[in-house]
Amino acid sequence: MVDAMSTRIFIPRDVAALAVGADQVARAVEAQAAALGVAVTIVRTGSRGLFWLEPMVEVETPLGRIAYGPVQAGDVAALFAAGWLTGATHPLRVGRPEDHPFLARQTRLTFARCGIVDPLSVEDYKAAGGYRGLAKAIEAGGAATVEAVTKSGLRGRGGAGFPTGIKWKTVRDAVADQKYIVCNADEGDSGTFADRMILEGDPFCLIEGMTIAGLAVGATRGYIYSRSEYPHANATMRAALDIARAAGLLGRDILGSGLEFHLELRVGAGAYVCGEETALLESLEGKRGVVRAKPPLPALKGLFGRPTVVNNLLSLATIPVIMDLGAQYYADFGMGRSRGTMPIQLAGNVLHGGLFETAFGLTLGEIVMEVGGGTASRRPVRAVQAGGPLGAYLPPSQFDTPYDYEAFAARDALIGHGGLVVFDDTVDMAHMARFAMEFCAEESCGKCTPCRIGSTRGAEVVDRILAGRDVAANIALLEDLCNTMKFGSLCALGGFTPYPVLSAIRHFPEDFHTRNSPGRPLPAAAE
Amino acid sequence: MPILHALQETFGHVPQDAIPLLAEALNLSRADVHGIVSFYHDFKEAPGGRHVVKLCRAEACQSMGGHALAEGLLHRLGLDWGGTTGDGQVTIEPVYCLGLCACAPAALIDGRPLGRLNRERLDAAVNEARNDWSTP
Ligand SMILES: Cc1cc2nc3c(=O)[nH]c(=O)nc-3n(C[C@H](O)[C@H](O)[C@H](O)COP(=O)(O)O)c2cc1C
Ligand code: SF4
Ligand code: FES
Ligand code: FES
Repeated sequence: MVDAMSTRIFIPRDVAALAVGADQVARAVEAQAAALGVAVTIVRTGSRGLFWLEPMVEVETPLGRIAYGPVQAGDVAALFAAGWLTGATHPLRVGRPEDHPFLARQTRLTFARCGIVDPLSVEDYKAAGGYRGLAKAIEAGGAATVEAVTKSGLRGRGGAGFPTGIKWKTVRDAVADQKYIVCNADEGDSGTFADRMILEGDPFCLIEGMTIAGLAVGATRGYIYSRSEYPHANATMRAALDIARAAGLLGRDILGSGLEFHLELRVGAGAYVCGEETALLESLEGKRGVVRAKPPLPALKGLFGRPTVVNNLLSLATIPVIMDLGAQYYADFGMGRSRGTMPIQLAGNVLHGGLFETAFGLTLGEIVMEVGGGTASRRPVRAVQAGGPLGAYLPPSQFDTPYDYEAFAARDALIGHGGLVVFDDTVDMAHMARFAMEFCAEESCGKCTPCRIGSTRGAEVVDRILAGRDVAANIALLEDLCNTMKFGSLCALGGFTPYPVLSAIRHFPEDFHTRNSPGRPLPAAAE
Repeated sequence: MPILHALQETFGHVPQDAIPLLAEALNLSRADVHGIVSFYHDFKEAPGGRHVVKLCRAEACQSMGGHALAEGLLHRLGLDWGGTTGDGQVTIEPVYCLGLCACAPAALIDGRPLGRLNRERLDAAVNEARNDWSTP
């Protein structure tokens, strides 16, 4: 197929691109090329993360890769006619992706390859720097690798922001017949899709990161725990694992170094709480995903009671670049105690939604208004939920908050897994508070009464507020309930659900207090 | 879990008869297996419709009108969440985030992803599914 005269056309197979017609575009490109008798080679890639431009198609031209988007199947004939094979102008022409402000402003370390390479090509992966990190880790040895990860300042990207190197050291120092590396890919937070993009767009990066983790702590087995809501990602990851095994990149003697590491994919079954690391381990063991009390830490007694590294997918996928370019290189990005880069996910009602990897330190306002371009509906931004369903709602008056773990914590807000969900002025914050409670009730593992019962009560109390009954008394009751949940819950599901609720009450009191008649009047301009 | 996923995929639910067999094979009590099946939202104890429409109810989809979109579809089909149309064709299930949050509102219909949905696109997709995707 691939010959010198054939033009390569890159079309994403990322599920978000498929959801807006990428497969239809690929079929149209193939058909039109055949009809015109021109040779093209279609390469399916991950997504670059400019989702408002998906399906974004890139054509390899003498000028470099030139992007067009959002392309629909019906546009394809016109694109050929306009001369897109040589990068010609067309209303859908985006230009060189790297020159697009959304990408030019980023620092892509974890996402260096995503959207560029064929996700299932080991050759592509290696040509783009893959497996250099593992080679350096093999040379340096386990102890030095743990030290490098500590020095890089990398903090867990799954939610709590715990220093990854310290966790690894605990597991490395533990003595056991078997240790495990577990990748938490149970990306359940609304507004997040970075784990998914790596699974679909650069799976070997995760495989390499987990292999390095295994070498660093002395673990020979690993599991990736993904979610059933991600069937496409799971299919790509499964294929990548097969390819890696066949290529000797997993197994008994990796790269001829004597290193042993076996890796399997497991898929959850629609339970948000299984993203909590101990519930995840229970689920991996084939049980109900009920949260375990800590201590013992999973690092000491994790999967099947053995020392286990549980890390978010992004934490693990960032290891190869740290080992390749050096701990100091990574640590030089960022601010304060938030080192390196964060793959921020801009979602919801935002004009430029997508993946924005950048050094910590931009303000929330810069991210939402400048990078994101404000709302997709072109109405004013009213609230941003940061850090998933357990994260606070922030009003525009807090847009000066720097994107940094400590600065967010000082405002009772969460970096979490890097999601930002934007809402316009038609949002009803009392409704969102009710949703937070309802979600907690739905997803509670059932172990703690404040979480299980408190959230159900909480939803009922919001219903009374929504109906305009005893509003002041019910708001006070809701705040009490939140405090009980905060302090009486074992894990962050019950413990953090109060944050979206309380932040909604604090920053948007008008949505709660003025419920004297059923049906709050919407903002004047709302349709 | 992999066994339960396989059963769910093959039969559209985890058949009641399978529980004692599983319990025996895995050396667990029936109550244990039942507990596992009932804990996870994916595992159904009764079969659903021929086509499963998973509509995202989570925050990012709500910010783009997902709530009204979902309520509208349920209303037009005369269903509640989890309900199946009288002809056994379509089940509407809630899902909390499909990772399509930058292309909201989103749905997964018989495993096919759909983003940037509006009423017309959603209705068209549900009808296509009913017709077994004969007009893709
Ligand atoms: C209810 C709940 C859900 C969670 N979901 C996830 C998740 O989907 N992915 C994740 O990596 N961490 C999740 N976490 C955090 C994990 O418990 C754990 O902190 C994390 O996997 C550790 O990895 P890291 O140090 O690399 O962040 C969740 C925590 C709670 C309480
Ligand atoms: S807070 Fe909720 S989810 Fe967490 S352990 Fe308690 S009951 Fe389970
Ligand atoms: S989404 Fe409206 S009540 Fe839950
Ligand atoms: S919130 Fe609906 S896809 Fe993520």
